[in-house]
This record gives sequence, structure tokens and C-alpha cells, in this order.
Amino acid sequence: MHDPHKDPHLDELSGVSTTGHEWDGIKELNNPLPRWWVLTFYACIVWALGYTVFYPAWPLLTSATTGVLGYSSRADVRSELAAAEVGRSGYVAAIKAADMQQILADETLRTVATAAGSAAFKVNCIQCHGSGAQGSKGFPNLNDDDWLWGGTPQQILTTITHGVRAPEDADTHVSEMPAFGDILKPDEIASVATFVADLSKGVGFPAQTTAGAQIFAQNCASCHGERAEGNQEMGAPNLADTLSLLADGEEAVAAQIRAPRHGVMPAWGGRLGDVTVKELAAYVYSLGGGK
Amino acid sequence: MLEKMDIERLDAEAVNSQKQRQVLYAPRKKIFPKRASGGFRQFKWLVMAITLGIYYLVPWLRWDRGGYAPDQAVLIDIANRRFYFFFIEIWPQEFFYVAGLLVMAGLGLFLLTSTVGRAWCGYTCPQTVWVDLFLVVERAIEGDRNARIKLDKEPYSLRKLALRTAKHAIWLLIALATGGAWIFYFADAPTLLKDVFTGQAAFVAYSTIAFLTATTYVFGGLMREQVCTYMCPWPRIQAAMLDEASLTVTYNDWRGEPRSRHAKKSAAQGAVVGDCVDCNACVAVCPMGIDIRDGQQLECITCALCIDACNGVMDKLGRERGLISYTTLNDYNANMALATSGGTQPIDPTRVRTVDGKLATTLRHISLASFLRPRTLLYAALWSLVGVGLVYALVTRERLDVNVLHDRNPQFVMLSDGSVRNGYTLKILNMIAKPRVMALRIEGLPQGSVAIAGIEAQSDGTFLVPVEPDRLRSLKVFITQPRHAADGPSQTFRFVIEDTQGPEVKTYTATFQTPGGST
Repeated sequence: MHDPHKDPHLDELSGVSTTGHEWDGIKELNNPLPRWWVLTFYACIVWALGYTVFYPAWPLLTSATTGVLGYSSRADVRSELAAAEVGRSGYVAAIKAADMQQILADETLRTVATAAGSAAFKVNCIQCHGSGAQGSKGFPNLNDDDWLWGGTPQQILTTITHGVRAPEDADTHVSEMPAFGDILKPDEIASVATFVADLSKGVGFPAQTTAGAQIFAQNCASCHGERAEGNQEMGAPNLADTLSLLADGEEAVAAQIRAPRHGVMPAWGGRLGDVTVKELAAYVYSLGGGK
Repeated sequence: MLEKMDIERLDAEAVNSQKQRQVLYAPRKKIFPKRASGGFRQFKWLVMAITLGIYYLVPWLRWDRGGYAPDQAVLIDIANRRFYFFFIEIWPQEFFYVAGLLVMAGLGLFLLTSTVGRAWCGYTCPQTVWVDLFLVVERAIEGDRNARIKLDKEPYSLRKLALRTAKHAIWLLIALATGGAWIFYFADAPTLLKDVFTGQAAFVAYSTIAFLTATTYVFGGLMREQVCTYMCPWPRIQAAMLDEASLTVTYNDWRGEPRSRHAKKSAAQGAVVGDCVDCNACVAVCPMGIDIRDGQQLECITCALCIDACNGVMDKLGRERGLISYTTLNDYNANMALATSGGTQPIDPTRVRTVDGKLATTLRHISLASFLRPRTLLYAALWSLVGVGLVYALVTRERLDVNVLHDRNPQFVMLSDGSVRNGYTLKILNMIAKPRVMALRIEGLPQGSVAIAGIEAQSDGTFLVPVEPDRLRSLKVFITQPRHAADGPSQTFRFVIEDTQGPEVKTYTATFQTPGGST
């Protein structure tokens, strides 16, 4: 530090020395930065230089220097994922070994499988079934108790594994409703549509015989059941309940009878592996509609 | 008597002396505080022993919590998000107790400062306590003030190197112990101690020790008074806290001035002579390196060591103590008025004391009135109010809590028979360190039926839910209402959760959404 009494460049007014430079009579005060600040600054520069040696830093034409420590954030992520995988491995093995009944009976396994299934559902399933699994027209609501192919844990697992009308899977659920537009006359379709639409009012299967009921018994009951209760063996929907997948109202029912549409779901077993589909089945079952 | 006096005049100058104001960018002047002795020094030793004792020993106190919770009396369990303080256990949602304590600490600091000045700074602030401790080490190794000044000026020799190394090594050890003690508040102390020494402890434990060791060493050993003067906001805030009735360490110049180094000679020549013999003892002992005779200043932490130093000198001189004393500005002004005839004359101590040094009875001293003022009473009242409120909240708080999250996607599910189902995530909090079984039922939902995954209903429709000690249990609850009961708008009903072994009951009003909506 300067001695203000001996400094030839001392500014009398402020008591601070000047740099000695002068521009049109204006002098610049020399207030140096505090020494600790300057030292910290230099230390930062040294640190930064050292950093570029040890860590990836200098950009090259197509890549960058890797640094002598060989650090990479991608490797970090990989090792963290591997660590997570190791952490899960016990549960994964247990889920792999157990069947659906065992998974659901064990509180820990059920909790783990449901949580993992929830995550897998959000990646793979919500595109059709919705983020809350509430479905939409043509895509079943998985919360309710109305199942096309069965709602037991094992049936849910089978449906997820092999899909519905999935061409890539030999064991997939297959069924097809004939297009009755070629078989029935328009007035017959209209009367059976009225009959089916009335079934959805939740009053049960009517006792009296109507024209619609007769047509239903002759054409539809073989798949949908004598009392329209559906048949999960062939994915024939229950028409006597209050829920409907595709068609609400007579017009929509008639359209479905004339030229039926059929849903398709991919077979997930081959894509996700048997552990993940079990987890998905546990999650879908946990939504509350399972049998 | 005056002839025999032998008061050593110390060559001490305040770092911020009024006589020679220095430029702001001047480098730090080294301070070599001299050892003080006296009542305040004794008190400071006591406070140091108590505060350091609390800091180092509290994590080792045990408290039996019945085997379901840690047995450490004071534990901040970050991993499990619990705070244990003897018989009190705080969950994260009860953190307002800590906020309340901080409010009390703030109000307490206001009360303390407006009454007795910066007593916090002078006696209990960790910076003050650790600097004091570091100075003890420094004096023990390098000697008292003069020896240290001499050593500092010496060129480096083997002896100086040895002394300096020893001093810094002990400082670092103290700093290490300081940083080391901190971590024991956050984990089981005996286990952690073993883990730390065997290299098994978590990285955060070692990094915390390293960080706190560095800050303790740098702040307590190297920066010392600069922390108070430049880094701490409190010296600036104190200006708003002190008033004319607050006790501050004051140089009573109404009896000290005119100061004289040759009091006897001056007196013989008929000059007016004050009690101050300008021995600089007050400057030499000051850990902040200031001259209290320049008046109250922001550097002063009111540690009162100058009072001890000056009282020692006054004792030797056979004069009354209290040339430097804890005094309010009111008292000081009144006494100054006496000594200056109401400000009309220069200070003449003979107006306030007799020839043989006896102080006049008209002088004002510390009185109870300076403690009992509207301001201090208001602070005390607010402090007590928050305290009573906290205690009330603590005594009446519930140890059973329930949170209900209604499924929002979908809000309700239509079932095939026309009935309506709602899903809820129920979180039952058992906030004591004992396992409990809660009885759960719903009230006020006509024909509502409940299903819980993994738990069977009892014959009376309640569900018995075991909850682990100090844990939250999350349940997925489905409630179904049959077709016609759910025809109308959404309904409210209550979850009732009852402790089967105790008196606690918690109800939660929830909504049952129906297709009819909330019309």
C-alpha cells in the first residue's frame, strides 16, 4: 500500500493517490481492488485452467477435449441408471418369478408393481386410454368394471401381453362382428337398434317380446348372450349394462350394427417384457374396476 | 497516594482513531488484545463455558423414545424429515414452530439490544466466543500483547516459526472440533463419530466438517474483528435498536476529561485535571481495536473488557470505578450537564466530585427505569405472546392427521350397473413413536360403500388400518354409491379416523362427485 504522505500523485481532495495519468487536467484516482479480491480472482483463473485439463473443456472441430479424469455426464447418467437398476433388481426378480395372484397378495410387491406400472402406463398407454385410464369413445375406460376380455388380474395380463386383434401376435384376442348391413333389412336394424339402446337405460333385460328382441335373439344372442350380458371369451361387449364403448343412442347403435368398427391394441409382451406387462396389469387392476 | 501510582502507559492506538482518520482502503491494522481481568471478563469466561458446553455436548445427550424413534435428545433427522428436541417431535408440516422460535429470537434480540445494548455481540455471539477462545490459545503460546507485538515484528526465526505453527495447529484443531461437532446434530452421534473416524461416514459429513473447519479457522483466527465490522449487518441495525435509554459501554468524559498523562504535575500547576490518565489500557484490551473514549461507534461489540481494564486502573489510582461504564445516553447527558454547568462551561470534573475523588450524589446511575420502558415492555409482551402461543399450539397439537386427495382424473367412474364410484388417496399420519391401529369409516353418504385395497371391512363397516410408528400410511379408497342415490349433484361426506387405543379422532370432509356435478 502506498504511503499517502510520500506519494507524488496524491490527490489532495480525496486523500487517494492517482494513476499519474492526466487528460485535460482530469486525473484518475487509483483505488486498487482489495488484495483478497485480486488473489481470489487469480485463484479462479488458475482453477479454471486446471479445470480445462481435468475435465472436458476445449472444443475441437468435431468433438472436445475429454480431460485427463475422463469425466462425462453421460457416463454419470449411465452409472446412475445402472445403480437404479441394481436397486430394483430384487423386486424385478420377485415380480418375474411371481404370478399375478402372488404379486397382488404381497403388499410390498403390489405397491412396487403398481408404481412401476403407473410409470409404464404413462409412457405406453395414455395415448389411447387417457392419462387417467378413463378411455374415450372406442378406447375402453379401465377404471370401470365393464371388461371386454375379462377383468381378473390374469385376464388383464393376457390382454396386455398379446393385445387385441394385433397382427404381430399369434395368441392375440381375435373376434369380428359381422356387418349386419348386408344381412338385415334397414327396418330390422332400426328395431334391434332401438332394443339395444333401451338396454343401456339400466332397467334390465325386458321380459316382453318385441320385434327388436326377436331379431336380437336370432342374430346377436349367439355372441352377446341370451340376455345381452356379453361374452368375454370372444370380446363381445355386455349390451345390458349402462356403459357403452362405441355407441350411445339408437343412431350410433344402428351404425355399429350395419358396419361394425373394431378396436385394435398392440401386443405389449414382446415390446416391454414380461415384468413390465405384469406391472401394467397390477396398475390397471389397482384402478378399482378389476374383478 | 498519587505519587506512588505506577500506571503503565500503553502504546496503543485505536485502529479507527478519531485523531487520525484513515482512508477507506487502508490495509487492516493488526490488533493484539491485552488480557483483561475483572468482573466482566469473569462473566465472559462463564458465558463461554456455557455456550461452548451446550454446543459440544448437546448432541451426546440421550432421550428414551421407546425404541421406535432415535434416542438422541436433539436430532435434526433430515433423511426422515423429523426434528427431535427432547420430548418434542416436529414433523415437516409443523415447521412453523421453528419459524415461531426464530420470531422469538428476533424479538428477544430487539428486547436485549434496546435494554442492554449489544449484549448478544459482546457475550454470546459465536464469532465473539470463538475469537475469545482463539485468543486464549494465542496468548498461551505467544504471550500477552507486548510479546505478541514483538514477535510479530521479528523476522522469521526457528522460534517464531515454531510458535506460529503451534498456534495455527491448535486453532485448526479447535476449528476441526467445531466443524466436527456440528454434524452430530444431524445423525446418531456415537455411530457417526465411529463412522467419521473409520471413513464410513457420508461425503456430506466430511464436506460439512471441512467447510465449518475452514470458516471457524478463517473467521475466528484470521479475520476476527473484520467479520463484525465488515460482514455482519447487526452493527448497522443496532443504530435503529438503541435509544437514549439503552445501556451502552460509555466513556464518562464528564469526569475523565481533560485527560492528562501527568495528572499530578498539572494539578500542582492549578490546571483542571480529569480522572483519565490516558494510559490506553482500554484501547489495549479491546478485541475490536477501538478507543471507546471516541464515543459509541459501530465497531464496539460492548464486551465491556475496557470497563474491566479501566476499573483496574482506577483501583490503583484510588479513584472510584466507572470512568468507563454501562450507561444510558440519558444518564450520560444529565451527568455531562452537571460537569459543564448545563453546557455553558468546559468540562470540569470538580463539579461532580470532591477533591479526594468522591463522586457527587447528584450523579445519575443505572436505574430500573432504563429497563422498564414502553418499548422494552412491548418487546417483552410480544416475545411472551409468541412464546405462549407456541406452547399452547404445542400442548394442543394433534398427533393424528389425515389428508384426503380426491382422484381428479377421472373425477368419478360410472360402473356397469349405473352406480358411481369415486377414488381417494387417504394419507393417515401417525405422529407418535408408537404403532397404532386406526378405525376408518365414512359418515353422511347415503348407501355409500367403501373398499380399500388390501384391507377387509369389519362387520360394522369400519376398516382397521395399522399404521407404523412415526409414519404416514397411504391408502387407496374407493367409495361407490348406487345408481339412484348418486343421481343428484355432488355430495359432501366425512371420513372419520379414530385411534382404537386412544382418544384421538380426526374427521375430514370430502366431496363425492357425481355425473350431476356441483350444481
